[in-house]
Amino acid sequence: MSGLSLKYEVPGDDFTRAGEASSDVKRKLKKLGYDPDAIRRVAIAMYEGEINMVIHAGGGQAFVTIEPERVDIVLEDHGPGIADVEKAMQAGYSTAPDQVRSLGFGAGMGLPNMKKYTDEMTIDTEVGKGTTLKMTVLVNHKS
Amino acid sequence: MKISDVAAILQADVLVEGNMDTEVKTACGSDMMSDVLAFVKDQSVLLTGLMNPQVVRTAEMMDMHCIIFVRGKEADPMVLQLAEQKDITVLQTRYRMFTACGMLYEAGLRGGCEKE
Ligand SMILES: Nc1ncnc2c1ncn2[C@@H]1O[C@H](COP(=O)(O)OP(=O)(O)OP(=O)(O)O)[C@@H](O)[C@H]1O
Ligand SMILES: [Mg+2]
Repeated sequence: MSGLSLKYEVPGDDFTRAGEASSDVKRKLKKLGYDPDAIRRVAIAMYEGEINMVIHAGGGQAFVTIEPERVDIVLEDHGPGIADVEKAMQAGYSTAPDQVRSLGFGAGMGLPNMKKYTDEMTIDTEVGKGTTLKMTVLVNHKS
Repeated sequence: MKISDVAAILQADVLVEGNMDTEVKTACGSDMMSDVLAFVKDQSVLLTGLMNPQVVRTAEMMDMHCIIFVRGKEADPMVLQLAEQKDITVLQTRYRMFTACGMLYEAGLRGGCEKE
């Protein structure tokens, strides 16, 4: 069956606006009556991904598909790519500059968080070309 | 305790007034938003020394009800506006992070993180 498909532009030049896409998805899921725990997992995972696109990749696009049993999130950017994905997945690993850290990010917790809160996550990345991150959250649809 | 109790304990200014009667049991104090996002366990209060819109976004994603800015940082109108939109109460206290957390802990608020 076909779900609700959403597409967002995530601007890379405005840190203050990062998270608007995730916020919108969260609001839509709430309206649709999804389980609060599932909504929170989607919101946090997508938000971390959105922030990563803004601080590491100069922005990108987010594609979200909402179905009764699952929410799929695809985050696509044309940033620098990730040279060592295994390393990037480790808690505490971050290449974020001090200026990003002073904004409250760069703890190296984003990717591990995303992995933790989603049921499936794959990273497709190439240095110099960009990164595509796919995440799936399985939900218990209520109402 | 209620958010109004939190405000009283910290002698805080109420910068954005949401529902002051909301019951809160757990809190989290951090300047690293990804650390906050790492421990989802119904924490409803966020204490932070940071002042930018992503603090509100983080609280929003976590379904938190109250943000407390410690050590009297100058409030950013953009931050307050976003919090108002999201129905999140914003308090400001002159106490520093350690002291503010300690006062709330003493009054019965807990960490609520998975490791506690
Ligand atoms: N979209 C991306 N493009 C390029 N590099 C990325 C991207 N996402 C993550 N990375 C790399 O992976 C590292 C780890 O990412 P992760 O989200 O775990 O931590 P962080 O963003 O540095 O800090 P935090 O998420 O705690 O704020 C980053 O520091 C960066 O080097
Ligand atoms: Mg990150």
